[in-house]
Amino acid sequence: MRQNIIIDIDPNARLDIAARPVPWPRRLYANPTLRRLLVIAVLGAVWQGYATWLHNPLLVPTLSETAQAFAEGMLSGVLPQRVAISLRTLLIGYGLGVALAAVLTGLAATSLMGNSLLETLTSMLNPLPAIALLPLALLWFGVGNGSLVFVLLHSVTWVVAMNTHAGFQAVSQTLRMVGRNYGLNPVSYVLRILVPAAFPSILAGLKIGWAFAWRTLVAAELVFGASSGKGGLGWYIFENKNELEIANVFAGLLTVILIGLAVDSLVFRQIEKRTLRRWGMQAH
Amino acid sequence: MAASGNALLGLEDVTLCYATSEQIVTATWRVSFDVAQGDRFILLGPSGCGKSSLLKAVGGYMTPTEGHITLKGQPVTRPGPDRMMVFQEFDQLLPWKTVKQNIMFPMVMSGKYSKAEAADRADFYIDKVHLSRARNSFPHTLSGGMKQRAAIARGMATEPDILLMDEPFAALDSLTRGQMQDELLALWEETKFTLMFVTHSITEALKIGSRILLLSAHPGRVRAELNDLDGLRDNPLRSKAMEADIYHLLFGQAAPAEVE
Repeated sequence: MRQNIIIDIDPNARLDIAARPVPWPRRLYANPTLRRLLVIAVLGAVWQGYATWLHNPLLVPTLSETAQAFAEGMLSGVLPQRVAISLRTLLIGYGLGVALAAVLTGLAATSLMGNSLLETLTSMLNPLPAIALLPLALLWFGVGNGSLVFVLLHSVTWVVAMNTHAGFQAVSQTLRMVGRNYGLNPVSYVLRILVPAAFPSILAGLKIGWAFAWRTLVAAELVFGASSGKGGLGWYIFENKNELEIANVFAGLLTVILIGLAVDSLVFRQIEKRTLRRWGMQAH
Repeated sequence: MAASGNALLGLEDVTLCYATSEQIVTATWRVSFDVAQGDRFILLGPSGCGKSSLLKAVGGYMTPTEGHITLKGQPVTRPGPDRMMVFQEFDQLLPWKTVKQNIMFPMVMSGKYSKAEAADRADFYIDKVHLSRARNSFPHTLSGGMKQRAAIARGMATEPDILLMDEPFAALDSLTRGQMQDELLALWEETKFTLMFVTHSITEALKIGSRILLLSAHPGRVRAELNDLDGLRDNPLRSKAMEADIYHLLFGQAAPAEVE
C-alpha cells in the first residue's frame, strides 16, 4: 500500500532564489522615457548625417544649423512670441471644441434622439477639412482670431465626440447596470460611470483632437497668412520660407514638434499614469 | 407560504418577455411569490427558466409585461440602491476606484450617509469580508474571490432592503466558492439581512437558502416553493434526500416532454 508522504520545508532556507534584483540593462530598457530619448537620438543622428552628406542648406539644413536657428529665434524673443500667439488661439479653439463635444456626447449617451443627432452630425461634418471652411469663416467672422477659433473648433469637436461616443458604447453592460443600481441621475451617470469607464477612448480622442488642432492652425496660417498683423508659428514658417531662411523654417517646424512632444509627455502621459495605468485599464 | 401581510417583496403573476427583432420570447410566465424580512430566498432552476430575468425585474432593470412587483408596498419601477445587486461578473467594481472608494460610492451618492459615516461603514464591512489588506487596492490587483467579496461588502454596506445576488460565486473555483458560501452565511447570522440569490446549483441552493423557489424552463413557471429547510445543513441524510427530490422535481417533469 502507498503511504502518504509529507515533506517539511524550512521556511528560512534558500530565500535568495525567491526574489532577485533586476539587472541594470533591463531596468534601463524598462524606462519608457529612456526608450523615447533613444528613438529621438537615433532620428536626430540620421537627420544630421543625411543633411551633412547632402550638403545643401537650402533644401535640408543640418540638425545643428536648425538648432542654432532655433536658439537664435528663442533668444531674440521672436519664436516665444509666435508660440504664445499660436498657443493662445489653439487653447481657445481646443477648449471650445472639447466642450461642444462633451455636450453632444452627453446628449447622445442619455437620449436616443441625441444619439442620432451626434452620429449624423459626425458622419456629415467629420470628413470636411477644416481648411476648406476657412474661406467661409473669414467671410462670417472677418480676418482675425474668430475665424481661426471657428476652424479649430470644427477640427477638434468631431474627432473628440466620435471617440468619446465609441468609448461610451463600449462600456460593459455590468458597469452600466451597477451605475443604474446606485440610482444616479443622468448627469452623475455620465460623469461618474461612463466617463471614467470610457476614459481610454476619451483620452485617445483628446490626443487626436490636439494634433488635429495644431495641423489646422499651422496650415491656416500658412495658407492665409497672419490675421490682424500678429502671426503665429505657421506665419513664422511662411515668412521665413519667402526669405529663404530655410534653417528658420526648420526651426519653426521643430518648435511644433517639440511642443507636441512636451504636451504628450507632460500632459497626456501624466494623465495616463494617474488614471488608466493606476486603474489597470491600460497596458504599458 | 409566507404570509403576504408582512412580506417585504411581493411578486404577483409576473410575466417577463424579451423582444428580439424577430420574436418575443417569454422568460417567465405568471410567477408569484413573497419574500419576508430576513429570508435567504433562492431562485433555483435549469438555464432558461428565467431566474436571472426575475432577479433583474426585482432590480428594476426589466418591466413585467404582466403582473406587479412591490417592495415594501411600493411598485418597483427603476433600479435603485434599496436593492443592491451583486453580479456574477468580476468587472462589476469600478476600476477607477479603490476597494474602499468602491464601497463608499453608492452610500455617498444615494445621500443616505455622510462621507465620514460611509468611510466608517466601508471599513467595518471590509473587515467583515476579510479584505483589510486590500482596502486601498485597485480592483485589477485583486483575485476573483476578493473582487466578489468587495462587491458583497459594497452591497451590504449600503444596507439595502434586499440584497440581490445573481450567481455571484459561479465564476469562482470550487474551493473559493465553498469558502465564500460559508462566509456569506456567517455574515447573515450576524446581521440577518434579506437575500435573494439566483443559482443553478442544487447543492448551493440547499446550503445557502432558507427558502427555495423551483422554476421550470421555457418559459419559467413556479414548480415548487420549499419553505421547510431549517436544520437541513445539520442533517446530511435529509439533505441528500432533498437534493434528489429537487432533481426529480426539476428534471422528472421535463423528461416526458422530450419523449413526445
